[in-house]
Amino acid sequence: MQQPQPRTQEVTGIPGDGALGARYVGAAVKRLEDPRHLRGGGRFVPDIVLPRMLHAAFLRSPHAHARLAAIDVRAAQALPGVEGVLVGADLTALVKPISPRSRLKEFKATRLPPLATEKVRFVGEALAMVAATSRYVAEDALELIDVEYAPLPPVVDMEAAMLPESALLHEELPDNLIVARHFRAGDCRRAFAEAAHVLSARFTTQRHTAAPLETRGAVADSAPGGGRLTLWTSTQIPHLLRTGLAEVLGLPETQVRVVAPDVGGGFGIKGHIFPEEVTLCAASRLLGRPVKWVEDRREDLTSSIHAREHIYEIEVATDGRGVILGLRARIVVDVGAYHVWPWTAAMEPLMAGGFLPGPYRISNYDAATYGVATNKCPVGPYRGVARPASTFAMECTIDLIARRLDLDPAEVRRRNLLTPEEFPYTSASRLVYDSGDYPACLETALRHLDYAEERRRQEELRRQGRCRGIGLACYVELTALGSASPSGPGLEENPASDAASLEMDPSGKVAAKFGITSHGQSLETTLAQVVADEVGVRLEDVTVHQGDTDVSPYGMGTFASRAAVIGGGAAMLAGRDLNAKLRRIAAHLLEANPEDLVLHRGQVYLKGQRQPLLQLAEVARAAYFLNKKLPRDLEPGLTATRYYDPYEGTASNATHAAVVEVDLATGDVSIVKYLVVEDCGKVINPVVVEGQVWGGVAQGIGGALYEHLRYDEHGQLLTASFMDYLVPSAMEMPETDIVHLETPSPHTLGGLKGMGEGGTIAPAGAITNAVNDALRHLGVVLTDLPLTPERVHAALRRASRGA
Amino acid sequence: MSMHSISLTINGKKFEGQAEARKLLSDFIREDIGLTGTHVGCEHGMCGACTVFIDGVGVRSCLTFAVQADGTSIETVESLAKDGKLSPLQEAFWENHGLQCGFCTPGMLICAEELLRENKNPTEQEVRLAISGNLCRCTGYHHIVLSILAAAKKLQGAAQAA
Repeated sequence: MQQPQPRTQEVTGIPGDGALGARYVGAAVKRLEDPRHLRGGGRFVPDIVLPRMLHAAFLRSPHAHARLAAIDVRAAQALPGVEGVLVGADLTALVKPISPRSRLKEFKATRLPPLATEKVRFVGEALAMVAATSRYVAEDALELIDVEYAPLPPVVDMEAAMLPESALLHEELPDNLIVARHFRAGDCRRAFAEAAHVLSARFTTQRHTAAPLETRGAVADSAPGGGRLTLWTSTQIPHLLRTGLAEVLGLPETQVRVVAPDVGGGFGIKGHIFPEEVTLCAASRLLGRPVKWVEDRREDLTSSIHAREHIYEIEVATDGRGVILGLRARIVVDVGAYHVWPWTAAMEPLMAGGFLPGPYRISNYDAATYGVATNKCPVGPYRGVARPASTFAMECTIDLIARRLDLDPAEVRRRNLLTPEEFPYTSASRLVYDSGDYPACLETALRHLDYAEERRRQEELRRQGRCRGIGLACYVELTALGSASPSGPGLEENPASDAASLEMDPSGKVAAKFGITSHGQSLETTLAQVVADEVGVRLEDVTVHQGDTDVSPYGMGTFASRAAVIGGGAAMLAGRDLNAKLRRIAAHLLEANPEDLVLHRGQVYLKGQRQPLLQLAEVARAAYFLNKKLPRDLEPGLTATRYYDPYEGTASNATHAAVVEVDLATGDVSIVKYLVVEDCGKVINPVVVEGQVWGGVAQGIGGALYEHLRYDEHGQLLTASFMDYLVPSAMEMPETDIVHLETPSPHTLGGLKGMGEGGTIAPAGAITNAVNDALRHLGVVLTDLPLTPERVHAALRRASRGA
Repeated sequence: MSMHSISLTINGKKFEGQAEARKLLSDFIREDIGLTGTHVGCEHGMCGACTVFIDGVGVRSCLTFAVQADGTSIETVESLAKDGKLSPLQEAFWENHGLQCGFCTPGMLICAEELLRENKNPTEQEVRLAISGNLCRCTGYHHIVLSILAAAKKLQGAAQAA
């Protein structure tokens, strides 16, 4: 089948008007990955078929907390088509439990066996696996496995879990507390003593998750005779996963290959080592056949990764003008039953405490944050990691100040936002913000919204009995974390850098190999834009390779809004090296100075001239085949591999504004208008950035209004299908405007800032503030997410009874 | 479990196979026919990724048994490009950033194709309603809606030119 050639949008004329500087970076080029996906030609894990491949299904615990008394698999094993049944005991000698480590003082490790052995600790925990000739037969066999459970008291409420009388998840951990930390800066005692106002509030956010359209899935293939193991898996972290798998399987890392083919969304939750992946690898080694598993949606919702179940108890001290003098917080995070590898369960509690002060000037800070184990699905990074919750709490606190002091919420923000003169700014939690203009971001949002007009319209509608509200939320997001800004404090495996390896072949085309991977972020295109510019070739002459640990240099993967900045930075470094070598060879062929030559879109030019002197392909051929023509000290070949560590990282920021109307009869919240003003530094591809923001906002709206993983008091998940777990459809997405501001980062190559997560961070804060603004005259203040009609209506009823 | 003979037309070609009564059409298309463009995102009819045309009507292939498709004509995402060329709808998705990870895309395309076959000039709200049964977690739908509206314009332009 003939593939259409990608057409690229030219920025300015080439080279006719002498604009040899025209660059792909900054242009809205069409994506290189689209033609295959549009034809149904993407290759995802579920599409992989290998000879003699078996299909796996997992038996999962129906109990939140139980001792496994006995398992009888004989009937399952006897079912025709079943080739193997594994239980926990079959694996204990073969694999180690998943048990991430941390250097944090108050960290207590947990051990997650790939299949449960003595106890199950959440509904959905895997305890047996069947491998059969089809998934249908494998699922039939699951029903024949007889498990005797001895139920234990479920630990479902995180506050109750911390009480001395609570049952224990891990007997060796006496208080269910698996991580804790105290942030202290300045002098909160004095700040609160001197304050004109001290306000307090309690905010809660609900468990929800990414629910990528493609669920998790993997195919393990162990070569017979103890040969190499290959795992195709829907992951964001192929190399890290290889390291983790080698460790738990006791294999040399060279004997493990991990391949992430096309990945249908991840949003953080596919950045882990999963017990199912370990079990599949062990099963393939035991059975000598490839074993495939693709999870169903129920498994995704019960057993992958959850996020964002937080409690914030906040006290804020202000002066008479609403300027924050001090902030105290007690943060409790329900982290589920186990630590996750490699992030541990510390990610959410620590980032919640670290980011609570947000973009505001808060030097007196005292926050204790706790990660509590409960009998629920483990919690790990999901787009925004803790910040959608901490931003919600902080932004609602700002509006609380505005209400109590009778100030405009925009004015309270104005008085507290950091200003550009204060950068680089070290926050109370010792995070470094490098650049940006937070007040300008706020003012731009107010201007685009026509804030005064919106306020006037709000009054007018209120006179007609309609409840309209306006809400703001500002945030700062540390992205592209480097070695001086660990993504997870105390992590044993701190992902601080990434690599690019470029190889130009004799025809002048470039294979660009990256350790980061794409699961929808358009990196095949944006990285090709960077490489094409730096090397000096046409976009269509760059092929980006990602996801195969046998092909790419060791890299950390794609998460934490890092890929474009760190992968792009590595591409710039490697591209410049390759460009220099090409110029050196070309200079020799042309008898010119390398410094006088410019490479542009596959041609060699003399600086300032418009007529190319040479095709780059001729230079490439010379590098491989004409070594005799080149100086002896010029090494043949055209490759360059560079690693990039952005060291401090860089901070993106944004202001979101929501205009909502609340239906008093039903409690339904509808978003009339939504505005994002964001600053992610230099933009590689504006359309891609816009797409990321839109997608992020949709997930943020889901978290604010709809998505809730609800457990009952027995620890049963009540929302284990898309009938009950409601993600926004096209009908729920409001009219949205996006405005870009550009403050290039002084800390990163190219001035780039990460932006993949940002859209998700602010919607909960902006929407809740808008709803509270809409209902202010009724005395209703909502502080618990999600803002379902039921919850809003109940608050309205309470308020009217109280009145 | 007994097997049933299934004979159908897939993207204009005859296909004959065997399946258990319980086999889902989505699995039959992917595993037996070998066309993996049809994606399975939820297996309970809520996400729309597996949507295909059966006799011209958009249907969730995960809620349909393969035996029910016996004697029908099925079109999948692989049928949209003709003679190696993307269809105007596919072109519009490419030009308007209508996809990110690409997993929901086949179902979105079939659903949008069905809309545009019935309604040559849909409003934005009609487009949103038409795709409201198809979930996407990447795009927030904005660029998908733009893509479908752009495709409608393209098709109108082509119809006027003809």
